[in-house]
Amino acid sequence: MKARGNAERRLAWLLCAPAVTAMLLVTAYPILYAFWLSLFRYDLRFPQHRQFVGLDNYVSVLSSEIWWKSVVNTLIITAGSVAVELVLGMLLALLMFRATLGRRTIRTVILIPYGMITVVSALAWKFAFDPTTGFVNALLNLDNAWLTERWSAFFVIIFTEIWKTTPFMALLLLAGLTLIPRDLISAARVDGASAWQRFVHVTLPLMKPTIMVALLFRTLDAFRIFDTVYVQTRGAGNTETVSLVGYNVLIARLNLGLGSAVSVLIFIGVLIIALLFLKGFGTPLTRQQGE
Amino acid sequence: MRHRRLMICADPRWLQAIALSLLLSACSGREETGPPVLNWYVFDEKSGAFRDAVRQCTARADGRYRIRITPLPADADQQREQLVRRLAVRDRDIDIVGMDVIWTAEFAQAGWILPWREAQAAEAIMGMLPAAVKSAVYQGRLWAVPFTTNAQLLWYRKDKVDRPATWDELIDAAEAFDVPGALQVQGQRYEGLTVFFISLLASAGGAVLDHDDTEVSLEPVPTRRALELLKRIGNSPAADPALSTAREDQSRLAFETGKPVFMVNYSYVWPSARQNAPAVAGQMGWMRWPAVVEGLPGRVTIGGINLGIGAYTRHAGMAFEAARCLASEPNQINAAQKGGLPPTIEALYRTPEVRARFPMADTLLATLQDAMQRPRTPFYYDLSLAISHTLHPLKDIDPDADAVRLREAVGRALKSEGLF
Repeated sequence: MKARGNAERRLAWLLCAPAVTAMLLVTAYPILYAFWLSLFRYDLRFPQHRQFVGLDNYVSVLSSEIWWKSVVNTLIITAGSVAVELVLGMLLALLMFRATLGRRTIRTVILIPYGMITVVSALAWKFAFDPTTGFVNALLNLDNAWLTERWSAFFVIIFTEIWKTTPFMALLLLAGLTLIPRDLISAARVDGASAWQRFVHVTLPLMKPTIMVALLFRTLDAFRIFDTVYVQTRGAGNTETVSLVGYNVLIARLNLGLGSAVSVLIFIGVLIIALLFLKGFGTPLTRQQGE
Repeated sequence: MRHRRLMICADPRWLQAIALSLLLSACSGREETGPPVLNWYVFDEKSGAFRDAVRQCTARADGRYRIRITPLPADADQQREQLVRRLAVRDRDIDIVGMDVIWTAEFAQAGWILPWREAQAAEAIMGMLPAAVKSAVYQGRLWAVPFTTNAQLLWYRKDKVDRPATWDELIDAAEAFDVPGALQVQGQRYEGLTVFFISLLASAGGAVLDHDDTEVSLEPVPTRRALELLKRIGNSPAADPALSTAREDQSRLAFETGKPVFMVNYSYVWPSARQNAPAVAGQMGWMRWPAVVEGLPGRVTIGGINLGIGAYTRHAGMAFEAARCLASEPNQINAAQKGGLPPTIEALYRTPEVRARFPMADTLLATLQDAMQRPRTPFYYDLSLAISHTLHPLKDIDPDADAVRLREAVGRALKSEGLF
């Protein structure tokens, strides 16, 4: 029995090997190369002046006020968008789950925003909130220049993110909903549990792993937000995110060393978020249906 | 991005088709026959004036070469991003580059463009505006032939205000109207804000860098004066409510609504107003920038496009010849008439063709003759980011503290250090 298990395991590894190798080539190599570059003073304009500087680039970034401001901004956008998306996504998932009439139509319609290119949706909402071309001010009877002030700009950015990615959240949660055994819900109903009680005490606990995965994916994605901010404010008015800081150094200033240091720090940020999720929720991700 | 993969239906036939088309497109391109093709990378000029120039010069080459335009985005930052990515990996297909005047030092220092030989250079720049030529010179050599130029003027409503002599008078006059947005300037955090600051600073008698563009200058008195003016504009009731996101085009559109009375902008606003808002255009006046300090005329920075030769081209000799042809008199006249791009050949400002298109030709020429250069350093982009990031938004400027922050940021930019 044991020997067979081992053989199966070996076969599994063998079957995975090509994929693992490909992943290592396309992800590990660039990550390691970025780390290597981040140890140099290296400007694309003057490659001949490349010089090893150790951790100087990291010191320079971590001691910069701009970096920490952008970290705070990124966290504001991440927390704001993911929290609302979770609630809205859950509502939409329940709607899609319960719908008896036109189920496919509802699912398709809900997914439309997610199918749109981020730059397009960012531009569309930028124009919508614009005081001269937009409809939002007219609708709300306001006279706001939304993208000129920090908090209203955050509002527009977060709103755009929510509009665009809530469908993704809803889709993941819907997958979780369909996994819940119907008999558990029926049993609770027989025992006299109200709809709210059934949701809180049966549905939610069973969906915990799914919610966790959905939150993790969305948080990691939101932390690297670039397109929406680039299109709507370009980081002006203290709305700069970490990806935008990296872009400015790497692409506009062509400073490969410093820019790679920023990229590596963003990567570390993503790792920290993933670890916090795994520890904090204490849900064994890999054993969702195994036990 | 990880989750997005879940959403794609990986139909193998579809993937095969993509892979095949990628392979095919990678193989094609090298199999053209006939005369060599010179690629001209330049922004996508909408009127077709650049395409006319290409046709004319290809005809003049008499079968020795053909010129082909590869259009770049409209935004100068994005043009540079695309070019830099190609030049840094020695793209041999870039023969002629339509370069914004601020790229000269950077591209030259990085070795991405070829210098012009002295005899060739002398001929190429004959009769051209000295300021335009200077924008193509770096460390004593010519790196590109000036093709089009530009400078900001002050536009005002003849029926509503008088010509102001100084910036203070201008702001007073605009505030007297009690209309938000009576004064249209560019306050977004981008190159336009840097241009605005450098022009005000120059008009106050200062400069960002010293005369050989290597050390920080920013003399205290003119710097303070420029910052005070920016602060006043940022907090003025005449400023646009959306000043902190205003670029040239927002200013133009606002002016065409008829409410603003002053606008700082380039000459393209004139044909646009005549087409979109004839009533406004009828009352539109133009003048050189007013003075920042009495006794010193207002000065602005020069813009425009110069034609450089890519350093890795296979056809350097032909590329130099083609660039000269593209920037020659008939093509400059056509670019002015058709595209509204001011020429770099000084004499053209006196020809009827150009004057018909630019009724403000004399004012523009006077401005250009007195125009100044943005700092000519390979680190111009770092420096421009440092300036616009330090000064945005205008309403929060603190002249004392920001003079110090600016000096510090520009110093770091020149060493390409730190974040902005």
